[in-house]
Amino acid sequence: MKTSPAETAANAIIDDSWIELRRHTAARLALGRSGASLPTRAVLAFDLAHAQARDAVHLPLDVDALTAALSAQDWPLLVVRSRASERSAYLARPDWGRRLAAESATRLSEAVGSNGADIAIVVGDGLSSTAVQAHAAPLLRALRPLLSGFSLAPIVIARQARVALADEVAELFGARLAICIIGERPGLSAADSLGAYLTYAPKVGRNDGERNCISNIRPAGLALEDAAQQIAALARAALSKQLSGIALRFDPNLPAPAVVAMTQDP
Amino acid sequence: MRLQHAVGARSYVFRDLRELLAKASPARSGDALAGLAASSDEERIAAKLVLADLPLTRFLDEALIPYEDDEVTRLIVDTHDAQAYAPVRSLTVGAFRDWLMSDLASTDVLTALAPGITPEMAAAVSKLMRNQDLILAARKCSVVTRFRNTLGLRGRLAVRLQPNHPTDDPKGIAASILDGLMYGAGDACIGINPVTDEPAKLAALWRLLDELIRRFEIPTQSCVLAHVTRQIDAINNGVPLDLVFQSIAGTEATNRSFGIDLRLLREAQAAAQSLKRGTVGSNVMYFETGQGSALSADAHHGVDQQTCEARAYAVARAFQPLLVNTVVGFIGPEYLFDGRQIIRAGLEDHFCGKLLGLPMGVDVCYTNHAEADQNDMDTLLTLLGSAGVNYVMGVPGADDIMLSYQSTSFHDALYLRELLGLQRAPEFAAWLHRVGITDDAGRLATTRAAALPQLTAFAEGASI
Repeated sequence: MKTSPAETAANAIIDDSWIELRRHTAARLALGRSGASLPTRAVLAFDLAHAQARDAVHLPLDVDALTAALSAQDWPLLVVRSRASERSAYLARPDWGRRLAAESATRLSEAVGSNGADIAIVVGDGLSSTAVQAHAAPLLRALRPLLSGFSLAPIVIARQARVALADEVAELFGARLAICIIGERPGLSAADSLGAYLTYAPKVGRNDGERNCISNIRPAGLALEDAAQQIAALARAALSKQLSGIALRFDPNLPAPAVVAMTQDP
Repeated sequence: MRLQHAVGARSYVFRDLRELLAKASPARSGDALAGLAASSDEERIAAKLVLADLPLTRFLDEALIPYEDDEVTRLIVDTHDAQAYAPVRSLTVGAFRDWLMSDLASTDVLTALAPGITPEMAAAVSKLMRNQDLILAARKCSVVTRFRNTLGLRGRLAVRLQPNHPTDDPKGIAASILDGLMYGAGDACIGINPVTDEPAKLAALWRLLDELIRRFEIPTQSCVLAHVTRQIDAINNGVPLDLVFQSIAGTEATNRSFGIDLRLLREAQAAAQSLKRGTVGSNVMYFETGQGSALSADAHHGVDQQTCEARAYAVARAFQPLLVNTVVGFIGPEYLFDGRQIIRAGLEDHFCGKLLGLPMGVDVCYTNHAEADQNDMDTLLTLLGSAGVNYVMGVPGADDIMLSYQSTSFHDALYLRELLGLQRAPEFAAWLHRVGITDDAGRLATTRAAALPQLTAFAEGASI
């Protein structure tokens, strides 16, 4: 039987007959092959996911848009930045992302009243501006009524921020608890995950073992309403037990934690 | 000998061997983060010039991390083989590089030399080597290991099949295993990074792999990469386990941050060997390493990250492992910033491990916040294939959906086989042919494999 050139070209791809197994996993299996190589479609699908992840890391947080969204919810706001002046410095030097730039520290000190607050909330760009841009405002809207019994410091929006930056902010506010809402390191399957990190008695030098983390906060992961409930429950527990971190994590009275990120330090 | 070098009117002085090694290291973000890196390119080359004239023996006389303070140092010093070292004893580091590149350093000579080389010597000479030197010298090294198949033979490349799943779902894991087997991957091992740390759930994963390997008579070995204490407990509870895995590092304090020490690793090796599950050999250990772990644990003692990494290989070789791989780009851009640094580190790690006598594989990988992409991984993979890497990773579509990083795919291994004519481990290759996955030439068959229906039924029926 003769085949036309077009049919021959179409036959370059060898499909995988076990494609139904994809329903058991999000792994990129049964991609087929052209010789030893991936088919064009699979190459570009991967590249698109990687491009979205890179954009999440590298596109700057639109602070004006976030400020507008949070102002519409009547949050008092302050904007600060870390000692990492731009993204490549941020990526290479996590220690710079954990500390406030000098002028930001000065401005915060001037803005702080002397009374302290129960909770200081910091919204940091972290490793995904995409996540913060899309989900931070709705998450805070859901969280606000759940924290109504506590006094809150003004919300601080932080650029080029790592989790520990919230320690310095909260220490300046004299707050008893820091909540850092921050963009998580994007994966190929999701570039828009937020993490929430809670630290009791926050101060510069706290380590990750002294925090609790709720991870994978996004509409297709841990839903924002559920995340807000978990954050509020952890906040109440931390403030009443006066601790956070590993000692709090194993409390059976707390809601089951979401997946705890073990491998990243956003 | 003073550690100093004059360039024109400027004199560079290096305080000690640690500072000299750190400043002679090719630039990478982790050493800058640690405050150890050379402050200029000229200072870096001045350090290399001093290092080139340094007698190798100086590393035997002067420990980077004190003997009294660190059991890895004690291991290095106490197990050094002076007789094996004799052929290079009189050389400087620079002359050692020349010797390595010469025809004097044949495969047999390098095999005999390995117990006489310390990690510091390997790290030092690697800092004077260009990428092509690291590739050519590593290619001359041969390290063959055995459990249910034979790994590391010349002209062969193995793949660890890595079928991770974000909830350890058995059907999801089995589906990825099937995908890998149908692409001819899995001879290094089938190794799952579990999400769970619960003994009962871990045991179910070991049983899943054991059932698969026994039912289909696959000449490979299983591994579930839990903490070593979980694996010892599993052995004591009669769980069918092949390889014992652990992440290791090059300082005692870093290993302690991993919850391990040498005594615990000895216990694990003895426990795994007591099972006698290997059919063609008894290399039962699997180790992973990676530059930057000591700094990450704040336990580097002022030693640069590449030298710390080489010291991890001294830990590994004390346990005759089946597999060792550096997870080179996993740790992130604060340690290896971009594709260029990841490629260099991958070649360094592979060379140093091979020179020290280890069956080195490399997890050619990166994260989404590193300045790297698939093209960088193609470059490193191709270079490592040329350098004779024992094995690489096989992840469906290069996308690990549990660990959220990009490694190499089953297709990537096929590419390397096609390009360089590399075959699989002989026992595994024979199995693939027998079940119809590969043809007579060892390439993937274009007809449907006889084993596919039963393998599909296994995956569909997998449960815990």
